[in-house]
Amino acid sequence: MPTYVLTSKCKGCMECVRICPSDIMHIDPEQGRAYNIEPPMCWECFACVKACPEAAIEVRGYADFAPLHHRVVPTRTADHIEWNIVMRSGATKQFVFPIRTTPWGSIRPPQESPPPSPEALRSELLSFEPDYLAVESLPTLPRPPAGGA
Amino acid sequence: MEDGRPGQTRRVDCDLLIVGGGFAGCGAAYEARYWGRDLKVVVAEKAAIERSGAVAQGLSAINCYMGMRWDENKPEDFVRYVRNDLMGLSREDLVYDVARHVDSTVHMFEEWGLPIFTDPQTGRYVREGRWQVMIHGESYKPLIAEATRKAASEVHERIMVTHLLPDARNPKRVAGAVGINVRDGSFWVFRAKAVIVAAAGASHIYRPRSAGEGAGRTWYPPWATGSAYALLIQMGAEMTQMENRLVVTRFKDGYGPVGAWFLLLKAVATNAAGEHFESTRLPELRERVGKYADAKPMPTCLRNHLMLQEINAGNGPILLHTERVLDTPEKVSIGWEDFLNMTIGQAVTWASQGIEPTETPSELILSEPYVMGSHAVCAGAWTSGPADVAPGAYQWKYNRMTTVEGLFGAGDTVGGSAHKFSSGSYTEGRLAAKAAVAYIQDHPEQPLVSEGAVEDLRQRLFSPLDRYQSRRGGVTAGTVSPDLLYPDQGLYRLEKIMDEYGGGVSANYITNAHLLERGLHHLAMLRTDLGEVAAKDLHQLQRSWELQHRLWTAEAVLRHTLFRQETRWPGYYYRSDFPKVDDEKWHCFVNSVYEPASGEWKVFSRPYQALF
Repeated sequence: MPTYVLTSKCKGCMECVRICPSDIMHIDPEQGRAYNIEPPMCWECFACVKACPEAAIEVRGYADFAPLHHRVVPTRTADHIEWNIVMRSGATKQFVFPIRTTPWGSIRPPQESPPPSPEALRSELLSFEPDYLAVESLPTLPRPPAGGA
Repeated sequence: MEDGRPGQTRRVDCDLLIVGGGFAGCGAAYEARYWGRDLKVVVAEKAAIERSGAVAQGLSAINCYMGMRWDENKPEDFVRYVRNDLMGLSREDLVYDVARHVDSTVHMFEEWGLPIFTDPQTGRYVREGRWQVMIHGESYKPLIAEATRKAASEVHERIMVTHLLPDARNPKRVAGAVGINVRDGSFWVFRAKAVIVAAAGASHIYRPRSAGEGAGRTWYPPWATGSAYALLIQMGAEMTQMENRLVVTRFKDGYGPVGAWFLLLKAVATNAAGEHFESTRLPELRERVGKYADAKPMPTCLRNHLMLQEINAGNGPILLHTERVLDTPEKVSIGWEDFLNMTIGQAVTWASQGIEPTETPSELILSEPYVMGSHAVCAGAWTSGPADVAPGAYQWKYNRMTTVEGLFGAGDTVGGSAHKFSSGSYTEGRLAAKAAVAYIQDHPEQPLVSEGAVEDLRQRLFSPLDRYQSRRGGVTAGTVSPDLLYPDQGLYRLEKIMDEYGGGVSANYITNAHLLERGLHHLAMLRTDLGEVAAKDLHQLQRSWELQHRLWTAEAVLRHTLFRQETRWPGYYYRSDFPKVDDEKWHCFVNSVYEPASGEWKVFSRPYQALF
């Protein structure tokens, strides 16, 4: 439906509401718990599933073409994601993939580097170039003659 | 509460406003801060930047990387590739510019912590194809977002930017933007010295193949609503290549990507009888498109075309033989990871249908059309190119500035600049931001915003809520009303018009002048009806304005498609009245300008100029 929310687990913390790119995870005012208000606009992107601290959200494949009885469940940590899959046959699969090689929060912001010169602003180089290109200089070409095709 | 509105007016004055916090917008924020240390740089985003844009879900490859440090490719090689893939029509100065800078972006991502597959023997990135490198990209977007949060002065989320604001003294200069906060209903007025539109292309312009809840499984995300184009068109910016819509070959229904399967795992596709059909159809293709039939690699649209011909001949389903290539546990893991990182719905499809890719092949299909500018198509704004290499006719001082003063584009917004993908869109955001900082330095005065115009927009923006309140009581219950249209109802009509008249799936991607004229006639009536659109809450209010953006995008697509009297990209769409490629008359760009004052569209051609 993509996404559905388990009544027994959802605490109404709003994490899914905060993260959903499609603005379709909302809180049901009567139950105080989250639900998918517009399944045909759900991309099955799993952003809410990954963000839910209670593991209360799962996905049931689109009814248009996905038969019932399957599960695809991620568990995301600081440096890896684990996927547990239950096939229609009942067979299970598990995959684990890294997601980041550095600690979260460790990116150095651009303003911590020395300020560029005023002339550099008028050059073709982007920040930290040519160093980050790992070649000697930024490639360029002779300008083509006017009107040529 | 103000005048019974759900929220109040919030004002933000800044130097640079970035509309959209996807890859292009994130690149813009980072670069703007590097060059403009004291500038106020503001990002306005419809969702939350950790999971917004086309990369919200993650990716399993970076599709644009030269590898210049290992002499793998030169930017010129990439220009030649894109030239072929786009059937001879791209802005080669823009393509070259992305290519020569993109490696520095990717190296930065790796340093930040993006896991890129590396060959332990050579130390080089593992190539999926000539331009692609493999990544463990589940957290690609949250990683990029971290840098954006640190670089930007402010990131305002859940703001749907609906309109750009012109300078009160000069309608051809941008002065800011307005939008709605869809959580509290506040009305946001941004004033800025320069604006970069880094918003999204569009899904749901054409009716999708899956029409129930599966409508969500479009290839491009449902939240890509064409703001990249609608914002600019309404400001009178010149647009290009809006007829260059994209159809992608994908795993049927789940829309899993095929790149890693064809390029890395070397899987092959056959018809139902197990026959390789591409080579047998080459003579017909040469007749239709001439020299382009023998371009290497074969252009994306032509591969689509051959598959479509095979399906039309009754030889489907087309099968991708995963079972023949998954001969090691590593390859099985790569195959599943490819989907789990970027199209989880395909893994769900396999699980639900009981498809073991090691045992059975999977069906391939052609998607419904999409309008965007960063994949194997390049719809978008006509922008200035880089000062050192762009031909004179393609540049007006500031790189990536549109034909509206102070208004820049990046990512899906920039036309003619194909095959950027994630890394190239980020790079284009960086290019636009550096130029915008120079523009701000040269034009330090704050533009003037007309308060009358802002108030008019405020009234219009919230009118769907008022309309619901005032008219809803006329009928008992339900969603049927003689004088109200809800946004989902309008979307279904838009998709049907575009599908049937504009060359969508049900029309087998075929259209002609008569159909396009009829389509424009129906779009005009839909535009009138959107004056009656109703929203019962803020979510529907957002959907109302998304629908408006999609409608502007759709109209541009039909007008451009009507003007180009040839079939330049068979496999993307066909003009049945002009079925062949016609290089003599149409090896040129089709551009358009909508004049906000008169409401008139002008569509015209611009010469194509090769870079070398």
